[in-house]
Amino acid sequence: MSAHPTGTHSFDPALRSQLKFSEDAMATIQKIISRYPEGKSKSALLPILHIAQAENEGWLSPEAMDLVAQILGIQAIEVFEVASFYSMYNLQPVGKCHLEVCRTSSCWSRGAEDIVDYISKKLNIKVGETTPDGMFTLKTVECLGSCGSAPMLQCGAEYHENLTEAKVDALLDRFRSENKRHNYTDLDYKNSK
Amino acid sequence: MGRKLLLTHENVPGIQTYEVYRSKGGYASVEKAIKTMTPEAIVEEVKTSGLRGRGGAGFPTGMKWSFLAKPEGVPRYLVCNADESEPGTFKDRYLMEHIPHLLIEGMITSSFALGANTSFIYIRGEYFYVSRILENAIAEAYANGWLGKNILGSGYDLDLYVQVGGGAYICGEETALLESLEGKRGNPRIKPPFPAIAGLYGCPTVVNNVETIAAVVPIVNDGGEAYSKIGVGRSTGTKLISASGNINKPGVYEIELGLPVEEFIFSDEYCGGIANGKRMKACVPGGSSVPILPDNLVCKTAAGEPRLMTYESLSDGGFATGSMLGSGGFIVYDENQCIVRNTWNFSRFYHHESCGQCSPCREGTGWMEKVLHRLEKGLGNMDDIDLLVDVARRIEGNTICPLGDAAAWPVAAAVRHFRHEFEYHVNFPDKVKDPKHGQREPIMPVAPAPVNA
Repeated sequence: MSAHPTGTHSFDPALRSQLKFSEDAMATIQKIISRYPEGKSKSALLPILHIAQAENEGWLSPEAMDLVAQILGIQAIEVFEVASFYSMYNLQPVGKCHLEVCRTSSCWSRGAEDIVDYISKKLNIKVGETTPDGMFTLKTVECLGSCGSAPMLQCGAEYHENLTEAKVDALLDRFRSENKRHNYTDLDYKNSK
Repeated sequence: MGRKLLLTHENVPGIQTYEVYRSKGGYASVEKAIKTMTPEAIVEEVKTSGLRGRGGAGFPTGMKWSFLAKPEGVPRYLVCNADESEPGTFKDRYLMEHIPHLLIEGMITSSFALGANTSFIYIRGEYFYVSRILENAIAEAYANGWLGKNILGSGYDLDLYVQVGGGAYICGEETALLESLEGKRGNPRIKPPFPAIAGLYGCPTVVNNVETIAAVVPIVNDGGEAYSKIGVGRSTGTKLISASGNINKPGVYEIELGLPVEEFIFSDEYCGGIANGKRMKACVPGGSSVPILPDNLVCKTAAGEPRLMTYESLSDGGFATGSMLGSGGFIVYDENQCIVRNTWNFSRFYHHESCGQCSPCREGTGWMEKVLHRLEKGLGNMDDIDLLVDVARRIEGNTICPLGDAAAWPVAAAVRHFRHEFEYHVNFPDKVKDPKHGQREPIMPVAPAPVNA
């Protein structure tokens, strides 16, 4: 599952056929497409890219984008221009736990930088890097709408708020022991919060 | 204790579920609207209420609704803007997470008033878990006959969907939101035509903020007249304020418009004063896009009048000595916070979020970020300060959408009110070398800016 060496998407049929989304995912995709008026199925692109990303180990490979283009009957470039515009779509592989720490004003004034430094030291990676075991990727992001419970980070669907070093410790331990990929589309978070 | 219209039942256990919400009088506005009112009468009530858009622009909602074109045989759409991304703003998330049915109810009543048979809630992608809460609430509403075909036997049909975005601040701009909903990059459209004429799929469309739609519920229930009696002058009703920064009690508060700013910051009912016994240095009263106010202009206007939480009072004095109510993202900074660094932080945000269509914004936001970073690191010179103001002035008003203004205003205001702090960074570079200077102790004494700046 490596990035296509030469460009944004692949014209190689052999590469395309390697990737398939699960039956569940395809059923959800069809349901989403049915919401829109006839001829407007491109509206489903953003929600489908989230599903594609969850189906493809957390990132949108050229193959995954090609498959989405095929499903919607649009050009691969139409998928890429959208995937590259929005910040939640990863065009490079990421760790199982993509730690996105908010760095905007309210979080910053309540110590977000200290949290980033702490995670960075603890995991021995810089912002933007992934741990060698593929477990964690650290990233700083713009305001996530959690200013009243700053500092905070997002991992998949989960919001972790009012962070302290102790909370970060507990969180990373939990992630390690669970050893599973966190996606934005995770279903089980709503009841656990 | 101020009246509450939206968060009345926020602390009722189980209010997220249909049964509890209904037992507290939920969905009464849908019954009243569909059974006893015409769509035109609802629009009139909203006009009478004086409700203004709660997303930040403050445009009268009733007027926006009355602009909606109604050609025969063309579908009309209502789209709820739940893309809440303005730094300092988290009220919509709070409302959707805690009282999801209030938004669903408002969507049904408003869709009926506008004659829309398909409506969307466009929610920012990061709020994925909130979209699940909304989808559950929508499923409950369908199951109980509030959505779908022939609602309450009236012959009115409505389908309501949640659309999840991909993470882009610009999609809070209504035409960018519509582009995104059509599956494209979030590039704002050139206006006119406005969405009321040609919006989603080229059809007449109304885009309203979450809180605006929710406010339609009490307006229909109690009448526009009753709503308009709350508040001061043209600022009617209640407003959700997201309070954050260096205060004792950050959170979402519903206030009656007209509450004194001083009471909001210092009373225990609201923010509870500045955290850690420190002094306030500055305040951004309406989300990152509005001008920052120095300590001495927060609670009082330049004329010495008490400043109120209203659209008019917060903008009293124009940009020279005032700010804006905006989205109600109320950020307070204590004396330890470095204004130069904070302004750089905001600039970085706008540079990151500029869609890149208009050169002044695309280039200007990056330029301002660079200059501010230089100043912040102690590597700038005096000319850089004027350069910032110059760049900001050349962005403002020269872009398709308001993001350019939103990027320029905070920078211009920071230099206007805190020039001494920028000069300090030039004059004493050694003192600002530490990347976290100002975070632990004040970098310089808080000197109030002159009132007649």
